[in-house]
Amino acid sequence: MSSAMEQLYQQVILDHAKFPHGRGLPDGVGAVGVAAADHGTCAATSHQVNPTCGDEVTLHVDVDTSGGTPVVRGVAWEGQGCSISQASTSVLHDLVVGQDLATVDRLAASFRTMLQSQGAGLADEAEEEALGDAVAFAGVSRYAARVKCALLGWVALDDALILSGARTTEDA
Amino acid sequence: MTSTLEPLASTLSAAELAAVRADFPLLERTLRDGRPLVYLDSGATSQKPEVVLDAEQDFYTRRNAAVHRGAHQLAEEATHAFEDARARVAGFVGATPGELVWTSNATAAINLVAYAMSNATAGRGGQAARRFALAPGDEIVVTESEHHANLVPWQELAARTGATLRWIGVDDDGRLRTDELATVVTERTRVLAFTHASNVTGAVTPVEAFVARAREVGALTVLDACQSVPHLPVDLGALGVDFAAFSGHKMYGPTGVGALYGRRELLEAMPPVTTGGSMVEVVTMEATTYAPPPQRFEAGTQMVSQAVALGCAATYLSELGMPAVAAHERHLAGLLLGAVASVPGVRVIGPTDTRERLAAVSFVVDGVHAHDVGQVLDDAGVAVRVGHHCAQPLHRRFGVAATARASAGVYTTDDDVAAFREALAGVRAFFGLGGATTDGRPA
Repeated sequence: MSSAMEQLYQQVILDHAKFPHGRGLPDGVGAVGVAAADHGTCAATSHQVNPTCGDEVTLHVDVDTSGGTPVVRGVAWEGQGCSISQASTSVLHDLVVGQDLATVDRLAASFRTMLQSQGAGLADEAEEEALGDAVAFAGVSRYAARVKCALLGWVALDDALILSGARTTEDA
Repeated sequence: MTSTLEPLASTLSAAELAAVRADFPLLERTLRDGRPLVYLDSGATSQKPEVVLDAEQDFYTRRNAAVHRGAHQLAEEATHAFEDARARVAGFVGATPGELVWTSNATAAINLVAYAMSNATAGRGGQAARRFALAPGDEIVVTESEHHANLVPWQELAARTGATLRWIGVDDDGRLRTDELATVVTERTRVLAFTHASNVTGAVTPVEAFVARAREVGALTVLDACQSVPHLPVDLGALGVDFAAFSGHKMYGPTGVGALYGRRELLEAMPPVTTGGSMVEVVTMEATTYAPPPQRFEAGTQMVSQAVALGCAATYLSELGMPAVAAHERHLAGLLLGAVASVPGVRVIGPTDTRERLAAVSFVVDGVHAHDVGQVLDDAGVAVRVGHHCAQPLHRRFGVAATARASAGVYTTDDDVAAFREALAGVRAFFGLGGATTDGRPA
């Protein structure tokens, strides 16, 4: 096995793919769109497909808007796809639950930058640190065809946050 | 029933196969970490022999000029090269040059027929084109095996005309449910569009049964011959289909060129689709009359160098002999099926015997997504296709979102299949799923 392959399929990715976190949608949140927008809370579900391989993810986000900054209260998802897309969504769950939207956006931006680095990774160590398990996906950036797999869950999160009204497209 | 596969045809000898491989410079290259290339993705696109590459270069180097216009010598030579290529490709598939329309690819060829029918429905083409017009109550029949290119254009045509789309199913072996022809294809059927060979299952369609049923009810037949033309002897005239589409890049020719075959009397009656230069007779400010086919369907500047090179690819295959090519690939189909069967936890989507089937073998590895399978094979230098292969309904039929597919070409060797087998045997182990030793026994 080449070292690039070992970089791609790091143990943490294989583990997340096998035992994904946050997987399983609660009853009644499978429908795409705004699920709730009560005072102090909002939620929505997004369905994303990677048309080249048919991978799918349906991701539900629950946001607490009662405080000064909205905070992601919960992420639940269901999907089928390759180990990269499934593991990435699992890691996303661990990273963003409990974080305020500004932090979520920063993490999403760092993750995207890392995946577009063509193997170089992130220059900023603090940024890398913040990504936690997600740094394991740096190896994916060498394989252009797999970058979309790693981003599938993140695209769904972004869309769900917009749908929920927790933030507008202009904020993103 | 005549078989498209002649079991007794002599295959390529070892010397011939070595010579073929030497004709394809790309096969010499190495990949990451200096690994040799094991190319098993010819079903997606084939590699090109040097004579084809040279033909395109030679056209631009020595004969380039606008075709079908200009009276100078160069224009005559360019026109001759272009039309000579048409004759070669037409002859290769059992057609006359006047029955072969150049298109940018096979998808464009199928869309050409669908949009010509739309135009006929809108009254274009006059009385002669009435036979192509559709109305609510009419039916278009396809199969569950189709590549999206032979499905979506018909969905769209049905939506534009009010016709209904129906389809023939697929059995658990991946073969078309020929028994359904009697019930699904009826007096209401106006078009029967079907693949000659599935790009996923590799199953070869019994064209005779489809054509016979279509004739009984007066339906037009449209054959997707993309997978058959590069791998089997194909005589479209003898098959008796009304239209057929195939692409250049899958038959060792360049991208950017494909062809639509249409029986001459049908092409003559069919209204044009893309209009403009080169496809007209007389143009006034008020109205235009159109050139006879095939020019009627070739508006604008054509892909001349690609067509010339495709003509050269047809000659290349003719010289090898398609019966020998088919026999070689049937042998490879057996090896590929054997390789997949020998690895625990791997299942074929499609026929598991070599009868009426191509050397395109799709499979799923239990517990491992096709993308991940492809990545592990790629690491061993083995190039296969992963995904839905532009046939989502067929994958849905088998309850899978994606498969991996190993597909052979004329240059594929036993060693290629052995390398594939060895890499495949390591896939489940890599993902920690009770792998197998390289001899196929559970580890």
